[in-house]
Amino acid sequence: MNSAGRSYSTLAACGVAGEKRRSPWWEVWRRLRRNRAALVGMGVIIMLVMVAILAPVLTPYDPNKTDMKARLQRPSLSHPLGTDNFGRDMFSRVLYGSRISLYVGFVAVGIGAIFGGVLGAVGGYYGGRLDNFIMRCMDVLLAIPQIILAIAIVGALGTSLVNLMIAVGISQLPRYARVVRASALTVRGQEFVEAARAVGARDVRIIVENILPNCMAPIIVQSTLGVAQAILSAAALSFLGLGIQPPTPEWGSMLSAGRQFLRQAPYLSFFPGLAISIVVLALNIFGDGLRDSLDPKLRQ
Amino acid sequence: MLRYFLRRLLLLIPVLLGVSVVIFSIVHLAPGDPAEVMLGPSATQEDIANLREQLGLNRPLYVQYGAFLGNALRGDLGRSMRSNAPVVEEIMDRFPATLTLAVLGMAFAIGIGLPLGLLAALKQNTWIDALCSFVALAGFSIPNFWIALMLMLLFSIYIPILPSSGIDSWKNLVMPTIVLGVQTMAVIARMTRSSMLEVIRQDYVRTARAKGISDRLVLTRHILSNVMIPVVTIAGLYFGHSLGGVVVTETVFSIPGLGRLIVDAIRSHDYPVVQGGVLFFALCVGVVNLLVDMLYAALDPRIKAQYRAAR
Repeated sequence: MNSAGRSYSTLAACGVAGEKRRSPWWEVWRRLRRNRAALVGMGVIIMLVMVAILAPVLTPYDPNKTDMKARLQRPSLSHPLGTDNFGRDMFSRVLYGSRISLYVGFVAVGIGAIFGGVLGAVGGYYGGRLDNFIMRCMDVLLAIPQIILAIAIVGALGTSLVNLMIAVGISQLPRYARVVRASALTVRGQEFVEAARAVGARDVRIIVENILPNCMAPIIVQSTLGVAQAILSAAALSFLGLGIQPPTPEWGSMLSAGRQFLRQAPYLSFFPGLAISIVVLALNIFGDGLRDSLDPKLRQ
Repeated sequence: MLRYFLRRLLLLIPVLLGVSVVIFSIVHLAPGDPAEVMLGPSATQEDIANLREQLGLNRPLYVQYGAFLGNALRGDLGRSMRSNAPVVEEIMDRFPATLTLAVLGMAFAIGIGLPLGLLAALKQNTWIDALCSFVALAGFSIPNFWIALMLMLLFSIYIPILPSSGIDSWKNLVMPTIVLGVQTMAVIARMTRSSMLEVIRQDYVRTARAKGISDRLVLTRHILSNVMIPVVTIAGLYFGHSLGGVVVTETVFSIPGLGRLIVDAIRSHDYPVVQGGVLFFALCVGVVNLLVDMLYAALDPRIKAQYRAAR
């Protein structure tokens, strides 16, 4: 990503150019506020996080309570999104599904961003053979399509929530390493890094206190878009039966279960998929807006 | 040009070696004994020990890897634990279906994505632009397995004109093509739009217009050829990545291809097939990226000139 270095310099420029010495993040927010689509995306994400937190209060039924008398009911007032083949309320399950998806999305990106970020920062800071070695390892991971790598990892570790997050996180790791490395390369030559070195700061401290904070802009953009990708990958794995197992209400596995009833009860497949689409769309729109705000030069 | 090609081909070797280490480690460091898994819960300790011996699982890991690599170099990826057929044979049996799908998916992605992006850029800041951009963003965000199910619902159940599984006729391939191509289509559309917006503001375009060349000629000769350069690069890189999409597409539409082979192999703990399949995928991605680079050089005279100069 060649935008990475530029984002940093834009951030720095904002800080210097502002008459009242406002923080660069304030400038970013000011630009973001003018992007209506990004604000809508952000609103949707905030709402979804609220739904996920408040799911127990908002849902009319227990998402796992079966009721064989109420199997495969069409959407109605008492069951707004219908019921599944075990008579479970789909509305409650879809709302609870947001918890798992957001959880998996954020934790997986956390895993990828932390490990990838550290690898990228170390490579970019030290350069030379170490950098070369790290980046060649990332090339190897990138040579395997992301979803296939995730499937292989989950297949080996076994299906569980934690393993799913690890698999998706590792499969995303290279892109954070690359983005952070690109920023680290531009930062490491700056005066303040030299100054830190001159006063005798150790490398670890320089990386943590000087390099990483200055790579934050591209990391945040990449993470926002990464959460969207992670949610899609996790749902795809669950859909293939290699992710979160039923009866846990997860959108991907709900879709997979609904597939058998596509003819009788299409709403079983429709709503979970719609939910995934809305979350991922909102995250992508917000991520795009954030990138434009952090790097106005890229904006057409 | 040829030298560059050969050099790039050589660079593929360390990457594939790396992939083989990664996939071998994933498969072998995983908890659980393959012999135990293969024989099922009713197997005796003796049976398991025999099978372990037979599969060479008692040897140190690096010896096992060495044997795997040595065989792989000779084109032998081992035998499937399920069917006992050579893994290479299984892969080659499945490859044509996947290749067909991949090529069709790419054709769909270019055929729809390119015009969509061009239209959006030519009508910048109008509702057409907004619509095209939204379609592209949606294509990028909507899960492909959901699109698959919704297409099935529409064209196999409500208006039954397309079959929902198998690969007997061209009709079978319509929905899988769309499902596989839609994400790449979105990427191409977005890339084309931004690339186009950049190119139409360039001086050489203004010069061409000023010379009195017709709009059509300016578009085809001066604009498109320059728009294509970044689009081809991104599309190509993304294509390798989107090959992973065959996993979902083939599973949903019951197409006997490579993606389904890997998923089935993982479900039944058929480790040699998993190893071989992933390695083969990496090889495909590498070759596609290489071809894209060649195409890139062919499209951009500046790069071609560089090669000439280097020689």
